[in-house]
Amino acid sequence: MDLEAAKVIGAGLAAIGVGAAGIGVGIVFGSFLESALRNPAAADGQQGRLFIGFAAAELLGLMAFAISMIILYAI
Amino acid sequence: MAAGAKIDPMHQFMIQPIAGNLEAGNPFVFTNSALWTLVVLALIWFFMMGGMKRQLVPGRWQVMVEGLIGFVDDMVHASIGPEGKKYLPWVFTSFVFLLFANLMGNMPLAAFGVHPFTVTSQFTFTGVMSLISFAIVLGVGFWKHGLHFFTLFTPPGVHWIGKVLLFPIEFISFMVRPFSLGLRPFIAMFAGHILVDIFGNFIVQGLQAGGGGIGVSVLAFLFVAFINVLELLVAAIQAYVFAILTALYINDAVNLH
Repeated sequence: MDLEAAKVIGAGLAAIGVGAAGIGVGIVFGSFLESALRNPAAADGQQGRLFIGFAAAELLGLMAFAISMIILYAI
Repeated sequence: MAAGAKIDPMHQFMIQPIAGNLEAGNPFVFTNSALWTLVVLALIWFFMMGGMKRQLVPGRWQVMVEGLIGFVDDMVHASIGPEGKKYLPWVFTSFVFLLFANLMGNMPLAAFGVHPFTVTSQFTFTGVMSLISFAIVLGVGFWKHGLHFFTLFTPPGVHWIGKVLLFPIEFISFMVRPFSLGLRPFIAMFAGHILVDIFGNFIVQGLQAGGGGIGVSVLAFLFVAFINVLELLVAAIQAYVFAILTALYINDAVNLH
């Protein structure tokens, strides 16, 4: 296998992480909505934590994407 | 690939000298990064000065600035408590700087021939900011609590065997904080700009290919528009997350659980 093919395959494998992070972000917002609808009065106070959870999950997906792009274009 | 055009999304992150020569070994070179940092700082100065007239009946601008300060103040107060007032300057500075720098990088100024450089897309910037936050946490923690600060790593109400097991885990998670804190705004800007660049290239390549490529162009154009709106949201969210995480970390140092 030459380097070019290995690069493309590696970039594709690295991009799997983006989908996994998508599941994570979905869980964050899904759980927030689920509990926010049960107790709407307490929902506004938890928005900071919602965004922290969102950012933590999103960071990993963005990192997977950035690694995939670095493999493709920067190496 | 159409016309052999090579997509090069990393080019936009290149630091280019504006005055001076990078190769000459001179470390003090005025680069595009420095230029756009100055532009961002000038914008922040303009924005803040416009709202600090302290009129009794505030105008629109003053309400905007006071609203921003009040927003960060509420956040700091909610996460640190009454002692948080002392740390408001740094939290507010980092929030406003990240917000303005992120938004500045998204401005479509290229239509007028200027190419904004996103200063926060370089890890040196966000890394130094997170190091400052971490230094404040360490300084405040050791200043206020002395060596008692190390109890931060042992959760209260745990058997001593549990404490021995948890100490390394808590310690590692504490030491990773500056990396994750600085990596987050950097990666968000980096990935977003690469995405816009690549799909922007798809528009041009689709048009060059013609035929079915036009459809690809239209789809890519819609996607770029969507991503740009998302980037504006991400720019604000990342600034907010950096500020609130800084506040939470300082809270750890001030109140120790």
